[in-house]
Amino acid sequence: MRNVRSIFAVAAVAALGLSACTTDAGNDAATEDEGTGTSTSTATADGADCSGGDGTLRIGIKFDQPGLGFQDGSTYTGFDVDVATYVACELGYGADAIEWVSAPSANRETMLENGQVDMIFATYSITDARKEVVDFAGPYFVAGQDLLVREDDDSIDGPESLNGKNLCSVTGSTSAQKVKDTLASEVQLLEQPGYADCVTVLEAGQVDAVTTDDIILAGLAATPANSGKFKVVGAPFSEENYGVGLPKGSDMCEDINTAITAMIDDGSWEEAVTSNTEGTGYTPNADLNPPTPAACA
Amino acid sequence: MNLFEQVSFLFSSYNIPAAFWVNIQLTFWAAIGALLVGTVLGLMRVSPVPSLQWLGTAYVTVFRNTPLTVLMLLAVLGVWSQLKITFAQDFATNFFIYACVVLAIYHAAFVCEAVRSGINTVPLGQAEAARAIGLPFLPAARLVLLPQAFRGAIAPLGNVLIALIKNTTVAAAASVAVETSSVMRGMIEANSNMVILIFMIFALGYVILVVPVGVVTTSLSRKLAVTR
Repeated sequence: MRNVRSIFAVAAVAALGLSACTTDAGNDAATEDEGTGTSTSTATADGADCSGGDGTLRIGIKFDQPGLGFQDGSTYTGFDVDVATYVACELGYGADAIEWVSAPSANRETMLENGQVDMIFATYSITDARKEVVDFAGPYFVAGQDLLVREDDDSIDGPESLNGKNLCSVTGSTSAQKVKDTLASEVQLLEQPGYADCVTVLEAGQVDAVTTDDIILAGLAATPANSGKFKVVGAPFSEENYGVGLPKGSDMCEDINTAITAMIDDGSWEEAVTSNTEGTGYTPNADLNPPTPAACA
Repeated sequence: MNLFEQVSFLFSSYNIPAAFWVNIQLTFWAAIGALLVGTVLGLMRVSPVPSLQWLGTAYVTVFRNTPLTVLMLLAVLGVWSQLKITFAQDFATNFFIYACVVLAIYHAAFVCEAVRSGINTVPLGQAEAARAIGLPFLPAARLVLLPQAFRGAIAPLGNVLIALIKNTTVAAAASVAVETSSVMRGMIEANSNMVILIFMIFALGYVILVVPVGVVTTSLSRKLAVTR
């Protein structure tokens, strides 16, 4: 079942014309790498030949966030993966030259400082505290904190309507506490180790909403197991600038920003957003997206 | 910011003592529960009734070999979310009780083994003498076996307590939101520029909590040991 599903997913993406990378190397890699766990490309620049880089590029992503960075057997899918693949191609690394590395939230700075990864695309919000230890390129996406509710639930239309309701979020994330402190003081908080756990509890009816960034919620709702069960409320109440994490003093920032701008200009960015959040009714906040990458420091 | 400013910033932005206090409370209630259940289990394992022996062995085998995180998730995702068994309307209280119950259930298996090892230090003649003067099993255990057994089991029980103190951090998996590991995760998420300092604060906190327990139980076990 899982294999059938992933074959369909790959076929669908191919049909969308996203994998228009014309190099034989890229296509060969996609078949050869089956089982070795390196990479399978889903999105690359139109007509780009992805050559020029030497060695491999180690990119940190989330392995457990469907729709953004997700490991499905030996393939990696999601919006972060698509953007990373495009950027890598522009930098001269084909899909076969990318090594995907799992970058859990708490380890991201350490992984960059130790050189375990060259760059990180992992729903990595640009903040001043983080800028003290790492560099950022981008942003390549502006997310906002939002709510995921059951499809048939019309009683919640924003954070203010959460009073007297139960809200789930992930341990260590500040998002739920922010809701309780500033927007709805009567809300009850449940903290779970992962978003999948939150979704299980939401489906069982013990909580009424799950909160985190809108695109993460859309990705969760778009997975085949959850399709049709949940919806994103669509009332974002924060601004999270997803950047590309780089080691301090990296010289790649300008090139990455150029690649992100190119991806937005040629329409691949839009397609990556759409294909990864299909069927959830989610559209990114149009006032802020697509973003313009900030100047490199 | 220099080191002193960083420390004072962290302590003023986050209530770190309150987080440790939650873990201490978890330890307290779970230790009481584990001691009661574990002692009963230990007696079951040395009792003359085969079905009770079997039950005690089965309990220890199952709970000693199941990871604590799995038990926590089972409690919240299975018992609470699907079976909808609720201890309190207030989420914070509800999950605190859940965490205490799971910690007690898990550590009871280790307490049982500590108590049993303590019972094994009591010479067989003591039990035989107790039975010879006409005491049934339970009074014999209560008056003769257990008082000597616990004095021999202080050191292993201390180890169980130390493991329990550190395992309270797993309560985060049961949605206890203000205990140390979830507070630490939140702090690292928001202040990644001070990650090593944050880690050191919590590591030091646990050293301060755990070292006295080791010192006290070691000296008690020396002082109270039954000299034979």
